[in-house]
Amino acid sequence: MDLYNEARKRKLEFTTRRHFLKRCGTGLGGIALASLLGPQHLLGRGMGDNAGPDTLPHFYPKAKRVIYLHMAGAPSQLEMFDYKPKLEELHDLDCPESLLEGKRFAFIQGIPKMLGPQHSFERYGESGTYVSELLPHFSNIVDEVALLKAMHTDEFNHAPAQLFLQTGSPRVGRPSIGAWVTYGLGSENENLPGYMVLVSGGKSPSAGKNAWGSGFLPSEYQGVQCRNSGDPILYVSNPDGMSRDIRRKSLDAINAINKEQYKEFGDQEILSRIAQYEMAFKMQLSVPEVMDITKEPTYIQALYGANPGQASFANNCLLARRLVEQGVRFVQLYHWGWDMHGDSKATSLNEGLKTKCLEIDKPMTALVQDLKLRGLLDDTLVIWGGEFGRTPMRENRGGRIMPFYGRDHHTEAFTIWMAGGGIKSGFSYGETDDIGYYGIKDRVHVHDLQATILHQLGLDHEKFTYHFQGRDFRLTDVHGHVVKDILA
Amino acid sequence: MARQFDFTITGPKKISFFAGILLILLSSCQEEKIDFNAQVRPILNKNCISCHGGVKQSGGFGLIFRENALRETKNGKIGIVPGHPEKSEMIARIKHDDPEMRMPLEKEPLSQEEIDVLTQWIKQGAEWQDHWAYLKPPEPQIPHTTSGWAKNEIDHFILNKIKENNLSPSEEAGRYDLVRRVYLDLTGLPPSQEQIAAFVNDHSEQAYENLVDQLLASPKYGEHWASMWLDLARFADSKGYEADRAREIWKFRDWVIKAFNDDMPFDQFTIEQLAGDLLPDPSINQLIATAFHRNTLNNDEGGTDNEEYRIASVIDRVNTTWEVWQSTTMSCVQCHSHPYDPILMKEYYSSFAFFNNTSDWDVPGEQPLLKELEEDDETRLEEIKKWIANRSTVTESGKWEKFLRVGEPKLRPEDFEEVGNVVHYNRSNQDFMQVFNGSYIKIKGVSLQDVDRIYINYRQSEKYKGSLYIRVDSLTGPVIGKTTLPKTNGFVNRPVKITSKPAITDLYFQFIGLSGDYAGLIDGFLLGKKLPGDNDTEYQRVYKEIDEVLNAPFRHSTPIMVEKPKTHSRKTHVFVRGNWLVKGDEAFPGVPEVFSGEKQAFDNRLDLAKWLVSEENPLTGRVIVNRFWAKLFGKGLVTTVEDFGTLGDYPSHPELLDWLALRFSGEWDWQVKKLLKTIVMSATYRQSVKVTAIAMERDPDNKWLSRSPRVRLSAEQIRDQALAVSGLLSDKMYGPSVMPPQPDGVWTVVYSNARWNTSDGEDAYRRGLYTYTRRSSPYPSFITFDAAGREFCLSRRINTNTPLQALVTLNDPVYFETALNLARQIMLVKGGKKEKAEVAYNKVMGKMPGPEKTNILMKLLEETEAYYRENEQEAYELTKSDNPELATLTVMANALMNMDEFIVKN
Repeated sequence: MDLYNEARKRKLEFTTRRHFLKRCGTGLGGIALASLLGPQHLLGRGMGDNAGPDTLPHFYPKAKRVIYLHMAGAPSQLEMFDYKPKLEELHDLDCPESLLEGKRFAFIQGIPKMLGPQHSFERYGESGTYVSELLPHFSNIVDEVALLKAMHTDEFNHAPAQLFLQTGSPRVGRPSIGAWVTYGLGSENENLPGYMVLVSGGKSPSAGKNAWGSGFLPSEYQGVQCRNSGDPILYVSNPDGMSRDIRRKSLDAINAINKEQYKEFGDQEILSRIAQYEMAFKMQLSVPEVMDITKEPTYIQALYGANPGQASFANNCLLARRLVEQGVRFVQLYHWGWDMHGDSKATSLNEGLKTKCLEIDKPMTALVQDLKLRGLLDDTLVIWGGEFGRTPMRENRGGRIMPFYGRDHHTEAFTIWMAGGGIKSGFSYGETDDIGYYGIKDRVHVHDLQATILHQLGLDHEKFTYHFQGRDFRLTDVHGHVVKDILA
Repeated sequence: MARQFDFTITGPKKISFFAGILLILLSSCQEEKIDFNAQVRPILNKNCISCHGGVKQSGGFGLIFRENALRETKNGKIGIVPGHPEKSEMIARIKHDDPEMRMPLEKEPLSQEEIDVLTQWIKQGAEWQDHWAYLKPPEPQIPHTTSGWAKNEIDHFILNKIKENNLSPSEEAGRYDLVRRVYLDLTGLPPSQEQIAAFVNDHSEQAYENLVDQLLASPKYGEHWASMWLDLARFADSKGYEADRAREIWKFRDWVIKAFNDDMPFDQFTIEQLAGDLLPDPSINQLIATAFHRNTLNNDEGGTDNEEYRIASVIDRVNTTWEVWQSTTMSCVQCHSHPYDPILMKEYYSSFAFFNNTSDWDVPGEQPLLKELEEDDETRLEEIKKWIANRSTVTESGKWEKFLRVGEPKLRPEDFEEVGNVVHYNRSNQDFMQVFNGSYIKIKGVSLQDVDRIYINYRQSEKYKGSLYIRVDSLTGPVIGKTTLPKTNGFVNRPVKITSKPAITDLYFQFIGLSGDYAGLIDGFLLGKKLPGDNDTEYQRVYKEIDEVLNAPFRHSTPIMVEKPKTHSRKTHVFVRGNWLVKGDEAFPGVPEVFSGEKQAFDNRLDLAKWLVSEENPLTGRVIVNRFWAKLFGKGLVTTVEDFGTLGDYPSHPELLDWLALRFSGEWDWQVKKLLKTIVMSATYRQSVKVTAIAMERDPDNKWLSRSPRVRLSAEQIRDQALAVSGLLSDKMYGPSVMPPQPDGVWTVVYSNARWNTSDGEDAYRRGLYTYTRRSSPYPSFITFDAAGREFCLSRRINTNTPLQALVTLNDPVYFETALNLARQIMLVKGGKKEKAEVAYNKVMGKMPGPEKTNILMKLLEETEAYYRENEQEAYELTKSDNPELATLTVMANALMNMDEFIVKN
């Protein structure tokens, strides 16, 4: 069954909660059947009066699932994708006042110097796409991706900008894209959460768990963070000494008592609780199974550069593929550490950025290739990017020369790439000016990107709303246009 | 508005047959007056308002304000001509034959009945009526019911509706269920077995009422209800955003607990939190109350604009105030007039003006802070207070205490009229600044009346030495004070004695360095009032004490609200399209006209707070009563507890809501305990949860309350209860938040050294409301059970039912420990499996299990026992004990604490 029909069918089945519960009522065995759709659909849907999901999807979707690779800290487009020879000529010259007037920067003060690209570029693929020397693996797949080079945002501090990108608002409290999408489309696998989050790079993104929060949507739609050590999902393992056999026996007792309770009081929520406990039991098997990358053949591990047992972006890319393969709707990766201000070697464009690129180049390339080999790329949308860009000027925090080369936060221009999921490939969209300061052609705002992601999943960002505190909220607030030009 | 022929229903009891006929004839000839709120508004809201509202007025036609609806529209026609439906374009369009012209567009046409109502209404003059919630509650008549079921007035209202809907009320819940329910509802905790026995065995008439009184008097009561208020107050132990560093504000939490336990009247509760600092001679506790609005987020990220985030906080304070007290959604009015409710955009900024004048400014230090000093310094402070009181008044000594604990009012860089040769530390002109040899600062219009000394708040390293000269009128004007600026350890307040005191003057602060490379940091100036008792020999010594205490390190602190002095208050402007960088007209404090009715003068937050709890306010009583009702019944009389506006739900029992609201703000004198007692004493509250087939069919959502709702316990309650029944729960109240065990790696932080330091001893077993809340990484099991993230005001937690919740209560070590602890107690029970199963169930649920449940538990014990006999090593791993029986009982205890009936109120 294709996604559209699947969703329609699901909608019909779950238009009302009562319908579901009636089915449960016919016998508890029926619950397993009724829960084909995964936890998201068995729950609160239909309890509220939010009409949104009843009419979803709005049209035929191109993508079934999303993998979002968020580079927390904002990578420099000028050292990776947006090649500006002119900037090289201007290197070390004072920035003209005209570029500074009325501008707000996070750290630049007074008159900074212009800073030429710190790494060399070459053209690759049939598309002749410029890629820097920092991404040798990625240069092999440029014909599989679309580069959006004139992205822009409203926020120039990390936490607000990450929230803006992930939730459509710079302030906390709104649902993240992943929460919206699982709220709208549910999960394809009852034994796994529909929205999973993997974090690498040593630290969480600045916006913290709000970046994958459910905001005002019910808490079941928040991203479930997979952990790098201990339980892959909190509390998924039984305590030591409690075998699966014993857990089964105790669940049987719990369910039997709950059935007695149902007989006495007739509250259908009790049946729902029984179903949730059964799902928890299944998740106890399926989660550790899917999270175990040692199950992958060594050549696949090698393709990604994965090292089982370590916390790395490479492992997370491989996990992302395993998760979408198992029907997880939205997989969100965060890789921390891209904030190259130049105040230390680790945050310099020459050293720090090189290290970061080394960490992601092979795995992200492998992810696209692997998805393609498995026929998953067609309906999986992969997105890579940071929360904003970097200035063509060299950072001069406090008006002083910094010890290393670095760039300040910049809202007006940055590059992201997308692959699969009905997006054109071997294609660059948008242009910045000669120094990469402003987008001059085909600019794409963060809200446009969000509208486009939803569109690929069959969701109309203007109609996909949730009523809260007296108004209908959207991921894109009152903005955003689908970027039709990049659709295949 | 009453219908014209109401008297046919409530009028003279004996109407003769003929008179009756006559009336019927009359009422059908003479048209009945259309009730706008009851008949017209629902049609407009459902069909028209999304396109013809307050913001979107398609075709130039909007239905929020009458004047908009009566105006000429874009095509030259008039939508509504009062008295003339035939001339009204609206009527023509809803009746149009052409589907492309007919309204509502692309939707089902209105029914004939709806068209008739609208036609009739226009014919009668198209009068608007304020939304029901904005009208003063009329004193409702209590319906008369005679079944004997009713126990108090609430029940008459409820029973009336139950009957209208062909339902019947339920019997009272069993005594075991009732006692557990009322304990959980009033104190948040389950009763102990002794407490249950005491109630169940008390057969007196007064037994239930006595229990209710006892629970309302329990200190646990305040802890439970504080949780609800802390969701609204968005209370947390961290500041939010990137680094999400710790914020010390737990004294506010304790203040809320005490206020509930003391049954502080809700009007006072309101005023102290919103404007305690503006009360005459506020107490220290009244200042702590104002921390309510210091729970806003603070952005410590480097490079952020303090003004931007200060404004974000002010906006949050506006939105939160309107949501908490008025259930009105103001956030949309930031950028444009309200789309559905009659509130104009400029009125948003009138609300903003109330909150725009406090001296906090999004700095990492979170000043102004109310400090609690180290013990020795607290003693010195007490002595200073006594000394002053003896030479002046207690009021005067209270003022000095506040000056010493808070260090306000302070004139800060944003108040500086003019500066020369200085560098602001950050982009913003709000941060402290660097001064050099020859730097100066001008502050305009300073009142020096009663001022004896000016404290400079500065910081300087040893290397540089400089002096400060304070001049009046100009940079060359007379010097009225001077001081050297020696090395400091961090920012300190250094006193400068003032020699002459002109009433209002411009002050110039001039910095002279001893060497050319002099540099220091300045954060502002404090105006120190004259100390009374200047004839006293100890005068200078006390001044010295004062200066030392003012700079003393502190043990605890609480961020509070402090109003900026009138001479340096901020101006408020409308933000054009909600953008704070684009300022429009100036705005002055006030509330939207739809609420205030007749023009009323507002000056500051105190006026706002007093108005909220005044007789003129139609909403506060209803909104607050509804919040408490919703906590007890899982659902409000108005379901949308957060929205009483046009788009909110209409009350299920409007008269009951008004009756409760009028009692609450009237004869009950805003006492929450009276309100709660009246509700829990009602027969409505005491009903059984059992659902009959008929009730399920006719009222599946239990709107008419013909049974008690089964509500899942809150996140905090679920954990507290497990600790309580297993005997682990600590009774300790108040103090800094605690860190009970949580899995490693939950806190991964950027730019912060924050660590989860697991609490020792009883602190690991405190009630949930004392658990440390870090906004970016809340306590995992709480958030899984739908607790608030505490970033913004939350009126209503949405209860979900998920597999992740099952994993928490099955496997979270906290729950496992409670199971183990319970099992240890069951081990001591004499008897076989049956007895043990029964005692265990009784400990958890407070009653004996029926035979079916006992059998299920015995079967579990038998199977588990057999398993662990075979697998002794596993039994040991589970309990670290060689006795496999403990493992068996632990498995059962864990199962009991996962029963649906355990995490739900019956």
